[in-house]
Amino acid sequence: MLVVDSVSAHYGAIAALHDVSLQVDAGEIVTLIGANGAGKTTTLACISGLHKPRTGRVTFEGKDLGPVPAHDIVRLGIAHCPEGRRVFPRLTVAENLDLGAYIRSDKDGIAADFQRVYDLFPVLGQRKTQLAGTLSGGEQQMLAVGRALMARPRLLLLDEPSLGLAPLIVETIFKVVVALNQQGTTVLLVEQNARMALKHAHRGYVLETGSVTMQGSGAQLLADPRVQAAYLGE
Amino acid sequence: MFETIAQQLLLGLTNGMVFALVALGYTMVYGILEFINFAHGDVFMLSAFFALTLVGAWGVPGLDGATLAGVLLAIVALTTVFGAGVNWSVDRLVYKPLRKAPKLAPLVSAIGVSFVLQNVGLVWGAAKMEVFGGGGQPAAPKSFPALLPTTNLLGGSSLTLQVKDVLVIAASLTVMAGLYVLVTRTKLGKAMRATAQDPQTARLMGIDVDAVIGATFLIGGGLAGFAAVVYALYINTVYYQMGYQNGLYAFTAAVVGGIGNIPGAVLGGLLLGLVRALSDQFIGAQWQPAVLFGILILILVFRPAGLLGSTAREKV
Ligand SMILES: Nc1ncnc2c1ncn2[C@@H]1O[C@H](COP(=O)(O)OP(=O)(O)O)[C@@H](O)[C@H]1O
Ligand SMILES: [Mg+2]
Repeated sequence: MLVVDSVSAHYGAIAALHDVSLQVDAGEIVTLIGANGAGKTTTLACISGLHKPRTGRVTFEGKDLGPVPAHDIVRLGIAHCPEGRRVFPRLTVAENLDLGAYIRSDKDGIAADFQRVYDLFPVLGQRKTQLAGTLSGGEQQMLAVGRALMARPRLLLLDEPSLGLAPLIVETIFKVVVALNQQGTTVLLVEQNARMALKHAHRGYVLETGSVTMQGSGAQLLADPRVQAAYLGE
Repeated sequence: MFETIAQQLLLGLTNGMVFALVALGYTMVYGILEFINFAHGDVFMLSAFFALTLVGAWGVPGLDGATLAGVLLAIVALTTVFGAGVNWSVDRLVYKPLRKAPKLAPLVSAIGVSFVLQNVGLVWGAAKMEVFGGGGQPAAPKSFPALLPTTNLLGGSSLTLQVKDVLVIAASLTVMAGLYVLVTRTKLGKAMRATAQDPQTARLMGIDVDAVIGATFLIGGGLAGFAAVVYALYINTVYYQMGYQNGLYAFTAAVVGGIGNIPGAVLGGLLLGLVRALSDQFIGAQWQPAVLFGILILILVFRPAGLLGSTAREKV
């Protein structure tokens, strides 16, 4: 479904990714783990079009994303839930969700998806008219995920959804991700919380200073002594 | 005494409408780009020259009745389009290539554009048309014919409320209401608000940020064009530096209201118009800038983000 092929990316003269290749098949949860600064966020940005690779190719369902601007990539079926939530703080919860459906015009479908998000995260339903900037961190994360779902993506990119959240809320978010995946959404999950991510993912990649150094099934990586030493604190 | 105050308030209100319309253009662009378009006032000035040119070309002073009304409406519409087009072109030609440059670059360029447009105004002021006084004195103020009815609606009263006052206020309010609906109810409005808060994330929603910026310049320029006709018909004088002075006041109005805040620009514009009229009456016109900017400073001391600007910290 998604193929990242030998991608290198730079910020000015600074190289952030060297020759990164990875693949996500339809129906999978794939996780990308790595330390702070490894290049995880940059990898997602190269997929959603916020950043353009210097070399290499990203293709989605066979289509080369290179020339496609970010605002059109979401139209192809890729929603990116960015690092740090990035909800629109001076818009209400409902307006944020509505913007998630910006690319759509099927009124009935949108209404149904509002309900679906409120069912997944009841607290958002209770706070519809509240400004997003006044929500707690966990609620903002739920809103950011909900907003991404409003685009009805086939591929969902999640960047550190558990960052800075209480364990109970992390559980909630992971439960939702697994449920979404079972309903057919493919997920590429970036996490520093490697244990949680590998436990729930079908496959994983390890990114170190801009390069993929290990890959395998979630269970394999969990059992790998190098992963355990570097990312699981064992 | 009461009559004098009422009369000044009316004058302040009508002038305030013009400030508000121009202030909206500053504030909307600032809201999205965090950039002060110093050339905005000069778009207002060129629009007034454009309207005067149409007045001359169509022999408007000789018309009356329904023909005059129809032609005036056409002038308003065309000048609005003209202002929109000039503002949009300036963005595409000058500011857009500098979008990724340090913030000082577009700012300094805007000051440059302002001078360029003023020079265009000087050249235009030399037009060999009767309405431009034959073009002999490009820098001199040109009189814009008084085309709006001046019938006093209050009949025999010593107070005057002219038809043209009502027209100016009603037309300005209608345009502002239209803008309000556009920003709060339409898809473009949603895109504008999202882009103003977080352009990067707006792109992830599928919003073409570049197109939104273009639309913002179009709308701001259109408001300036509309305001220019209103001003010219009301004040009956246009000159090549009118954009500099009125632009400075309108910009001040936008800051007082809370730069980037749309209702704030309207509030600031009206406030500035009213204070200016009262100060002229009771303190003296020579004190106008001192009084106005003194009040501006006081407001900003107590509310640094402006009257409606948000000071609330947001969670990140
Ligand atoms: N906007 C930027 N400008 C310059 N360097 C950046 C920028 N964003 C990220 N980087 C650098 O690129 C590298 C990868 O960053 P990032 O993709 O954010 O890593 P991660 O998400 O894994 O923490 C880091 O060295 C970081 O400092
Ligand atoms: Mg990151």
